[in-house]
Amino acid sequence: MNKRAATRWVALATVGICVGALAACAPADDNPGEGDAVTIRWWHNATSDPLQGLWADVAAEFEAANPGVTVEVTGYQNEDLQRTLIPNALQSGDAPDVFQVWPGGEVRAQAEAGYLRDISDDAADLIAEMGGAVKPWEVDGVQYALPFSFGITGIWYNKDMFAQAGIDSPPETLDELIEADDALKAAGITPLAVGAGDLWPAGHWWYQFALNACSVETLQTAIPALDFDDPCWVEAGENLEAFLETEPFNDGFLATPAQTGADSSAGLVANGNVAMEFMGPWNSGVIGSLTPEAEVPAFLGWFPFPTVPGGDGDPTVTMGGGDGFGVSAEAPDIAVELLKYIHSAEVQQRFAETGAGIAAHPAAADSLADPNLQQIASGLAGSSFVQLWLDSALGPEFGNPLNQAIVNIFGGVGTPEDVVTALKDTAAAL
Amino acid sequence: MTHHLTAGPAVFAGPAPAPVQAAPRPAPRRRRAVNGRQWLEIALFAGPALIVFVTFVILPVVLAGVYSLYNWNGLGPLERFIGLDNYARALTDPLFLRAIGNNATILVASVLIQGPLAISIALLLNRKLPGRALIRALIFVPFVLAEVIAGLSWKLLLSPRGGVNALLETVGLGELAQPWLANPDIALWVMFSILTWKYLGFAILLMLAGLQGVPEELHEAAAIDGANWWQIQVRITLPLLAPTIRIWIFLSMIGSLQVFDMVWVTTKGGPVGATNTMAVYLIQYGQGQYGYGSAIAVILFAISLAVALVYQRFAMRRDLAGSVTSGVR
Repeated sequence: MNKRAATRWVALATVGICVGALAACAPADDNPGEGDAVTIRWWHNATSDPLQGLWADVAAEFEAANPGVTVEVTGYQNEDLQRTLIPNALQSGDAPDVFQVWPGGEVRAQAEAGYLRDISDDAADLIAEMGGAVKPWEVDGVQYALPFSFGITGIWYNKDMFAQAGIDSPPETLDELIEADDALKAAGITPLAVGAGDLWPAGHWWYQFALNACSVETLQTAIPALDFDDPCWVEAGENLEAFLETEPFNDGFLATPAQTGADSSAGLVANGNVAMEFMGPWNSGVIGSLTPEAEVPAFLGWFPFPTVPGGDGDPTVTMGGGDGFGVSAEAPDIAVELLKYIHSAEVQQRFAETGAGIAAHPAAADSLADPNLQQIASGLAGSSFVQLWLDSALGPEFGNPLNQAIVNIFGGVGTPEDVVTALKDTAAAL
Repeated sequence: MTHHLTAGPAVFAGPAPAPVQAAPRPAPRRRRAVNGRQWLEIALFAGPALIVFVTFVILPVVLAGVYSLYNWNGLGPLERFIGLDNYARALTDPLFLRAIGNNATILVASVLIQGPLAISIALLLNRKLPGRALIRALIFVPFVLAEVIAGLSWKLLLSPRGGVNALLETVGLGELAQPWLANPDIALWVMFSILTWKYLGFAILLMLAGLQGVPEELHEAAAIDGANWWQIQVRITLPLLAPTIRIWIFLSMIGSLQVFDMVWVTTKGGPVGATNTMAVYLIQYGQGQYGYGSAIAVILFAISLAVALVYQRFAMRRDLAGSVTSGVR
């Protein structure tokens, strides 16, 4: 081989390495189930303690109980996980084995694409134990995921500020809420915070007004059928508009984020700048993390959303949702065992004890220590029907158009009819 | 010098198709046959780069074009072909049209406001004045700062309880205090101010570099002929700075069309769409609707490409004449 030929071969080899490096991007076959060693990848949305620590413990315990099984557990930021990481992983065929699954239209979209494993038979006993809370993770009678937490949205408030404004008991009707707002304003306190900059927190107000305006039958038929002709959907926006005219929200709410920093809606409540926030059951943890001491403040209280006069809504219908886990269709059988362990009564009790949320398993009800979570749990127990947050219930395509149309009402540039138009347009484009 | 942008094959030295040329020039070399060994060399040297470029640039662009013709939520196979429906939907959505309008506003304002500002400051900093090096460094700091850090800082400063309002109240201008990024009437201009703060340093740096290429002798000659400082700048410096200005305008236009990170970090396109841009809309509405998002991406690409080509054709042809036309000078 002369020198030139040698150079040529070196160059060829270089190209080969470059191409090989590109090919290395493709997922390797890990052949789960062959031999004893199995690795399970578990993705969740806990990025801080106590929940992150609990999941790490659960993974370690599962490894100890199942020799040869390795559990790679990773927590990602919630929206990144749900909107980017999981869809990409599913699409690339390299899905995690156990991962966070949102209820309603979200689990339906993944199940219909064939990415989720049917666990109806494998986890039949556990599903029976857990009762009604598993329903939002069921698609056409098939169970695709299980919730580990489930709760309802209500108003978080500052008890000290209520006392300061002379409000004796939490408002029970919308009129009482408006009276309370006026009393707070008279005492120089901003009544309500809303993180409309993130869109969905404003959306929750409209969802709640829709629950008050629409009958249970309308909710239960309109959402699966994507039929929004009932006048109650417009009424919801009109009620919201009327409430907005009382100007209850914090300055600059259109650009306020929900959960990040002292200027977020949760931060404003946490630091005693605003009296109330309408928010999901996770909020005590968020508020706690935004105080200087990083503890849930003693002044924090919770009450259910007040009833709205008129409308066809049933006052015992509440709005909520939860977090769940599902198993990838490609996952080894042992992943289902991990799922069952995560949702077992014992782990669920420990979850309730952390105060990170309300465990979905009924056996964990007594383990709930946080007084606000206990109140939410009793509100949940008293609900005749829990409507999932509408963006979750409707599915991934609806979130932005719906919430943006609602924020436009908040900003005074949209009408109640525009929200219904956005819903219909999105449904038509599905 | 020819005015053809793409005259003849750029890769191999060869005859240009009848370039308009006044001066006589040596006859073009005869095209040598490219033999097998040369092909191998070309493949070896260009191959790896070509593979990377095609895989990570060309292919995604083509795939976005394909996805944009489908109704696809990102899960499962591409099945529902809907033709140009996604494009029709985007171009009739008032929010997206407003985003295009906002991009256009930022583009025009950048050129008309940032340009003169940068040139003036560069002219100032090109003179000998005390502390010049320090001022030069300080002006360049915002551009070096990471976009997310700068965005978060401004978000905190401009929030209703933030530093800007506190400062206004302290100096007795409390009535000017307001939620800067939450007021839909002014949010876009607040955003533009942040972008100007961020990118002015880069423009000034370019202009300063351009000014170094203006020979001092011309200034001296003009001064001897009786021109004052102002006349020298307008008649000598600016014309000689024109190629730099044209390049900066080009970069600024492309940046304005693609602006995303600063808006995403500070307002996410709000309040009520006041600061929305095409790229922000693409992320907000493309999630969960990848077909629709791809259509938005294609529209953004088409607009950027059209602006770039038109600008290059009409404004920058003199600057590019040497670089894009093969070796036919």
